[in-house]
Formats: sequence, C-alpha cells, structure tokens
Amino acid sequence: MTTSNPGMPVTTEGKKPPAGPRKLTKAEIRATETKTKLTSPWATGIAIVMAILWTVPTLGLAITSIRPQASIQSSGWWTWFTNPEFTLANYDQVLTGSSTAFATYFVNTLVITVPAVVIPITIALLAAYAFAWIEFRGRDLLFVAVFALQIVPLQVTLIPLLSIYVDIGLAGSFWTVWLSHSIFALPLAIFMFHNFMKDIPRSLVEAARVDGAGHVRIFFRVLLPLLVPAVAAFTVFQFLWVWNDLLVALTFAGGSPNVAPLTVRLAELSGSRGQDWHLLSAGAFVALVVPVAIFLFGQRYFVRGLLAGGVKG
Amino acid sequence: MSPLSDIKTPGKADASRTDAAANPRKAPISISALAVGIFMILVFVGVVGLIAASFFNAVPEITWPSFLVDADNAAQKLTLMVFVVALFVVVMALLLFMVDSRKRVPNWTVAMAFVGPALAALLLGLIWPGTSTLIQSFFGRSPWYDSERSEFVGFDNFATLFTTSEFQVVLRNTMIWVILVPIVAVALGLVYAVLIDRTRGEAVSKGLIFLPMAISLVGASIIWKFVYEYRAPARPQIGLANQILVWIGLEPYQFLINLPWNTIFLIVVMVWIQTGFAMTILSAAIKAIPDDIVEAARLDGVSGARMFRYVTIPSIRPALLVVWVTITMTTLKVFDIVRTMTGGNFQTSVVANEFYTQSFRQFNFGLGAALAVLLFVIVIPVVVYQVRQLRLSEDIR
Repeated sequence: MTTSNPGMPVTTEGKKPPAGPRKLTKAEIRATETKTKLTSPWATGIAIVMAILWTVPTLGLAITSIRPQASIQSSGWWTWFTNPEFTLANYDQVLTGSSTAFATYFVNTLVITVPAVVIPITIALLAAYAFAWIEFRGRDLLFVAVFALQIVPLQVTLIPLLSIYVDIGLAGSFWTVWLSHSIFALPLAIFMFHNFMKDIPRSLVEAARVDGAGHVRIFFRVLLPLLVPAVAAFTVFQFLWVWNDLLVALTFAGGSPNVAPLTVRLAELSGSRGQDWHLLSAGAFVALVVPVAIFLFGQRYFVRGLLAGGVKG
Repeated sequence: MSPLSDIKTPGKADASRTDAAANPRKAPISISALAVGIFMILVFVGVVGLIAASFFNAVPEITWPSFLVDADNAAQKLTLMVFVVALFVVVMALLLFMVDSRKRVPNWTVAMAFVGPALAALLLGLIWPGTSTLIQSFFGRSPWYDSERSEFVGFDNFATLFTTSEFQVVLRNTMIWVILVPIVAVALGLVYAVLIDRTRGEAVSKGLIFLPMAISLVGASIIWKFVYEYRAPARPQIGLANQILVWIGLEPYQFLINLPWNTIFLIVVMVWIQTGFAMTILSAAIKAIPDDIVEAARLDGVSGARMFRYVTIPSIRPALLVVWVTITMTTLKVFDIVRTMTGGNFQTSVVANEFYTQSFRQFNFGLGAALAVLLFVIVIPVVVYQVRQLRLSEDIR
C-alpha cells in the first residue's frame, strides 16, 4: 500500500515526464495551488500528531511481542530503542503452548472464513442478478424487503438461530458459523451487487438476449466479467468481517475449542490472563497478520467497495 | 435512494426467452428447469417446516455423518472446508445448468434458481429469528414457545430497562457512545482528509490512519489495553499513557477503572478505528468537488477557513451524512471493545454488551430479547432520517 496505489487518485504530478510546453489541466492548476497548503506549520503539525497517535499503540504492542517476558514486565517497550532485545519465544509459546495453542485456532479461523466468504458472495450475485435483470412478479417488493433487512441488528437473530442449530444437531460444528455468516452477509451483498449490475448498460444485456442467450449465459458471459472489481471489493470486505468477528463466533462456537476462532481465544486470554503481555501481544499479532496482509493487498478494492456501498446508500 | 427508484421494469418481452427458436411458445417445456422450480419450492417448504418443527419442539433426531460435524485435527478441518465449498459450487452449478436449457424454460423457474437460495436463507436466518426475538421481548426469562414455563409480561422487560438504575447506566453509556464516536471520528477524519489532500505521500498518510480498520476489535482492544496498563506509582510503568503522566510529573491513573472517564477511554478505541473509514469516504468526496465551484469561489476571494465552511462542507454534505449514519449504526452494535477491555464492569456496559450478558450469562431471554429489540428500534429513526435527507439532496440535484 505504501508506494504503489493505482486505485486512488494520488499525487502523481512531478513524477510525470515534462511533455514540453502545454496548457496545464484544471486539476493540475488546483493541485499546484493547494500544494502550498501544508506549508502552514499548524496543519503539518496536526497531521503528524494524528499519524503518530494512530501508529504508536500498534507499534508498542509489536515491539512488546518480540521482547523477553522478564523485560516486558519490568520496563516499558520504549526502552527497547536504547536496549534492543529480540526473541521469538513469545510467538513460539502462544502458537504451540498447550495452554494457548493459537496454531489450532488459526486453522479454525481459516476454515471458518473461506466458506463464509465464498457462499454468501455466490448466492448474493445470483439474487442481485435476478433483482436487476429477471422479470418476475413481486420483484420490486421483495427487493425492498431485502434492502430493509440490512438494518436488522445481528443480536436480534442469535438466540432463535442457535436454538434451530441445536434442534437439528449442528450445534458446536463449523456449520453454525458458516450458515450464520453467510445469511447475515446477504442483505448488504445483494444490495451492493445490485447497484453494480444496474450500472451496466442495458444495451449490453439486450444485445446478448437478441443473440439468443438465456439468463444463465447472460449472467456468466456478460455480467460476471464486468463485476470482477465489485466481487473483489466485497470479498475483501467480507473476509475482514468474518476473520475479525467475535459476536457470531462466540455465540455459536464459543463453547467448542474445535471450532472457536482466534478472536474468541484472544478475548478469553485477555480475560483470564490479562497481565501476560508476552502472550497477549504475540497472540494479537498472530490474529492480525492475515487480515492486515489481505487489507494491504486488496486495499484499492476495499476502498472502492466502501465508496460504492457508502456513497450510494 | 436512487437504486430503489430506478428499478423500472425492462418490459414484458423477456419472459421465457431462451433460444432464438422461431416460435418459442410451441417448444416443449424443459423438464430439468421444472425440476429446479419444484426443488426450490421444496426447499422453501423445508425451511418453513423446520421453523415450525423447531417451534413445536418436534424436530426429528438427525445423525449427521461424523466427518461433517466432528472435524478434530487440522487435516480433517481443511478437508471439510474444501468439501463444503466444492459441494456448494456443485449444487449451485447444477441448479443453473438445469435451468439453462435450449427448450422452453418457464420464467418462474429461472427466477427461483437465481433468487430462491437467498430468500430461503433470509427466511431461515433473519426473518424468522427476528420475529421470534420480537415476540420473546414481551415474555419472561423462558423461551416464549415453551408452553409450560413461558409467561407473557407485556412491556415489563422494557419498563425494567428504563427504570432500573443498573440499566439506566447502560442506556446512558450507549447514548454517550452513539453521540461521541460519530462526531469525533467524522471531525478527525474530515480534518485529516483536508490536511493531506493533494500532498506528497498522501497514500502513505492515508494508510496509517486507515490500517486500524483491518484489525479486529478484539485486537484493537488489546492494543489499547496495553496503552492504558496501570502499575502502582512506585513501580516502572509499562503502559505508554501512564508513563506519559509520570514523565510530566503526575500520578499514574487507572484509565479503565476510574469513573466517570473510563467510558471515554473506551470510546477512544472506537474513534481510533472509525476515523480511517470517515477519512477515506470524505477524502474521495472532497476530490469529487467540481473544479468550477472551487475556482468560482476563489475568484470571489474566498479562501482558507471560509472556503472550508462555505464550499467544501456543503459540497460533501451527502457523504458526511452517510459516514455519520454508518458509524452511528456500527457503534450501536459494538460489544467487542467493552467486553474485552472491562467486561462491562466499572459502569462501562453498553446495550450490545448487556444483551450478551443477559442472554448468554444470565439466561434471561426476555430481557436479552428486549435489549436486542431496543438496538433495532434505535436504528430506525437514524435510517429514516438518512433516507429522507438523501431523497432531499437528490431532489435538489
């Protein structure tokens, strides 16, 4: 993310080779004018202070995670700069130690996340297509209903759903978490994909119809290729959501160590061994390394998704 | 909301369009498509039946193959994961393949294949549970469909929430969260977006603020719990916040325990996370302001703070509104921070956390349901306001 960022309109002036004398575009004029804005020392100061406030807490925990346990308890992490020490013992203990076993929970999180991303996106894509391009009775009413379901808070659904899982004998298995995440993601996903599909020119779809393509073929050949950015955006979105979720996991898998994800274990550790910062710091970084990587990797899609979901409605 | 208003129908002509057959009406109906339609109807019947059976406590004992429900080691779990994804893909592909016939395909079967799975899932996982919880909020501790123990209590649960001092603290805290987090996050995000707009290294500056969005709320809570860590004055501090207090000559402070400011220190964590979201959306909105407007204002001699107040703010009003509403709704439902940092002790609990405590610790289902319904009810005016404001701004345009 730090250097190349093709998705965002970042400052590229100055890197461009001078193309001889030419008229500057409006944007460039404005850019050079506002370029001077940050020379105000106050503005620079505020921006720098904010940037520091937003990074130092994470940095502190990162440094803590590589310091020996005894040092963590006897001195602050800022002393590391004058007295650098390095150990992987904390990570070793948190991943494989019998009382923490984060490696197991890491696998659980992964096993939870992949289907909980693939399933809702597929179902939502199909539904969004139906709402956008298939004519059927009651369609508009149904779409408004699905749209309205977005505002139902998760909390409302947990207990009845749990009781259904218990009744059909799925309680404490991965299925509960998969199904719940898939269902909860649907309203927003359908709404987002519907917005994207509506933006596709009618003439494209009509042309395919005239060529004799049915809905299935139109969906796969015409719409899906155009929707790749939208799908990427929602994939990043849903991945971060599921990986980082605590409430759903705690409700449906909290009691079964075979299924519980990292977040549940981390919250538990924070409650039961709140002073063991060598474990908590390393554990927190084990939990956040994958979402941060996905985030950096997919940031431009993520931002695009936020803008589409946010600004449109 | 624009997408709702423009779902005008593309005309009746596309019913049962499958192939460029000369006379599609005469073509025989595709059997496989009919099968899909019937299958989806059966799925709906199954979902409704399951709900009813669950309601009457009459769900038959189902023995699932053990590899489906008891994955013990990493290999079994990963195999199960691959199996489930593959199974899902195969089923969906089969459904679509079967309605994609060269014969005449009734329109309703296609619609069912596309929209049916989503509707069945929403019925099972959102509509029924939502309704059940709504009913439960008018009943006592026991499940409302338990005919022997359930008791109808009317609005008693809600009365308890609003009149007991314990819950009044919870409601007060929730109000503080819902008011403070959006205001502070939007203000900071806006200031930062304006300050770094079109500066060198903008992407990096943005990334620094935005990164907390990728961290789980539990992770963020642990990061900040470490910042707030307290040691008795005589010992060396290991939390940064208290070390700073010591450096400037003050006594260390129990940030998470001492009333009344501990709630504020929890709110800091949420602001830390949400500012990046506000900054991203607002930054994009600022870049989208038409140049003519800015230049016209500049020719009129407007600049600096007045430009910000009279040009920037009005131009990005819809984005501000969306960000504000989104953060409000997220904040309302957050319980991870409170649960991880204080467990709701020291008078820091909020509605979402109290819901969890009542439902899964106290097993008071009536009160838990009432809290969940309360969350839902608070959201409604916020959303209505947003929809009306967006309608308004669209009318003006």
